[in-house]
Amino acid sequence: MNILEVKNLNMSYKTIDGEVEAVKDVSFTVKEGESFGIVGESGCGKTSVAMSLLQLQADNGKITNGEIIFDGTNIVGLSESELRKVRWSGISIVFQGAMNSWNPVVKIGEQIREAMREHYPDKTKEENTTKILELFGIVGLDSSVIDRFPHELSGGMKQRAVIALALSCDPKLIIADEPTTALDVVIQDQILNEIRKVQEVLGLSLIYISHDIAVIAEMTDNMAVMYAGRIVERGPTKEIFANPRHSYTKSLLESTPSVVGDKVKLKSLEGEPPSLINKESGCSFAPRCPYREDSCNPSLDMELVEIGTDHYVDICSAGKS
Amino acid sequence: MKNNLIEVRDLEKYFEVSGGLFSRNKSVVKAVDGISFDIPFGSSLGLVGQSGCGKTTTARVLSLLDPKTNGNVYFYNEESSSMQSIDELEGEELKKFRRNIQMIFQDPYESLNPRWNIKDIILEPLNIHNIGDLKDREEAVYEILKTVGLTPPENYMPRYPHELSGGQRQRVSIARTLIMKPKFVVCDEPTSMLDVSIRISIMDLMLNLAKDLEVSYLYITHDLAVARYMCDRIAVMFNGKIVEIAETEELLSNPIHPYTKRLISSIPIPDPSYKRERYELDFTELDSIIKSNSNNEPMVEVKDNHFVATHDIKGIL
Repeated sequence: MNILEVKNLNMSYKTIDGEVEAVKDVSFTVKEGESFGIVGESGCGKTSVAMSLLQLQADNGKITNGEIIFDGTNIVGLSESELRKVRWSGISIVFQGAMNSWNPVVKIGEQIREAMREHYPDKTKEENTTKILELFGIVGLDSSVIDRFPHELSGGMKQRAVIALALSCDPKLIIADEPTTALDVVIQDQILNEIRKVQEVLGLSLIYISHDIAVIAEMTDNMAVMYAGRIVERGPTKEIFANPRHSYTKSLLESTPSVVGDKVKLKSLEGEPPSLINKESGCSFAPRCPYREDSCNPSLDMELVEIGTDHYVDICSAGKS
Repeated sequence: MKNNLIEVRDLEKYFEVSGGLFSRNKSVVKAVDGISFDIPFGSSLGLVGQSGCGKTTTARVLSLLDPKTNGNVYFYNEESSSMQSIDELEGEELKKFRRNIQMIFQDPYESLNPRWNIKDIILEPLNIHNIGDLKDREEAVYEILKTVGLTPPENYMPRYPHELSGGQRQRVSIARTLIMKPKFVVCDEPTSMLDVSIRISIMDLMLNLAKDLEVSYLYITHDLAVARYMCDRIAVMFNGKIVEIAETEELLSNPIHPYTKRLISSIPIPDPSYKRERYELDFTELDSIIKSNSNNEPMVEVKDNHFVATHDIKGIL
């Protein structure tokens, strides 16, 4: 069963320079217990997708079109109070750099209890505390952390506590937006392991957002590659790595170093992503595309085409091998 | 075998920290605790380890930004064709010497003055060291911008840092560093803030410049995959000590120290069918073993040019 269906989602920000189309025609589904990855460079719209799912985008951002069907209900256009019920107890999020968002003068346990009180007003403090300790066990935190202040914890511990906070109201879907970006490799490895464990133990669905395709390879079952606000390739993670079809996906894979296998010459991708203001129609990757062919038609409107079982790629790359 | 540009011997850097505002108790943090390594001409050494292991402190001492506590650092002196200790350098000689050592920092957003245009930013080191007249300097800026791939240079010279992307800013940092024609550049995670696709072009640029200009790098990173791409040799640092040092491919294919194994096993692999096995290691235990064996014995050469700290031979292995 699908826990989340995103259909033709469009989101744009109003700025002085014009309308920024940050999310353009994005569609994907997340099944129950599945983990879905979104990968792309900074500014490609990954975080904007995450924010639209919770409708937490900045004030100048607006969902202009599309549906977000969570657990059978379209949550686009719901009122603030209805949304509040979905947030945290339906979908929760671990933000990028969330570990720095703790209130420095309130103990960790109290901050988690605060969120729980909002969603479970009938539960006692003791019940909430038991729940928190149970979650700490899952994410690998000592029970003493409940009475600690944020400054007493290391970056990795704070991030674990954020994950516990995200789990505190029994969400069905967790969005992890670059949860390990500010951490070093060993801590990142531990956090990834905790997230995987949490997902298994609690049977959650996960949307994992990262710029690091290696992390996406390890963490997800299905994935989408985003470029300039659009999904350019989507499908089972194994299939996309084995058989990348979009030029941008290929470029990402060719520019990622690895510690295993033969040392290969990596390829860089020249140029920069296009401006999302008053975007022209047609293939947005064409100016940077290292695989351009004479047969290319860059003015063709972008559109995903199914080329294999659940494997979708932009129409421009669909005809190529 | 090439000559060494730098030889570091038993380098120590301690910081005194007070126990609190009114406390008289002072304790010492051994940020760098007796490390030794060589960097030959035109080669790059990767320094890898977790945050807080002393990588950046080492970098600051080697770039002469901070004084060392103990030990010695020798640089090759071209005039006398011999190794010279940095302790012997003073005044004018030291200032002249500093030209040879430059640094590239992690954050291209914070390391460039936002109120200066690109030309002035790159000119600054030439002005400080009083090299050439204004016309020479401007020509040098023009040339270096071409070298780092910011072309045409006249388009970039009047621009300000906020008008450039992260990758372009890091190119400006590199240009500012290289305009002094240094022999040694300390790079502190210069690509960790950049997007993957841009990262490779910066790394390639640095590799090409190393070849063309015979620059040696000390390349600091926590990502072994990046170090593998950039470095001839890698030194692994844990709590102020180097625990293992070897040629890059040798270290990755044949790691001996448990900490090196842990570090390698924590790098995600961009291949969903690869099953990465985590190597478990208790860092607290490792730390206490290292502390209880801190007799500063030299490292053991287990294979050609592959050195491992001895505490480990006696301890965990």
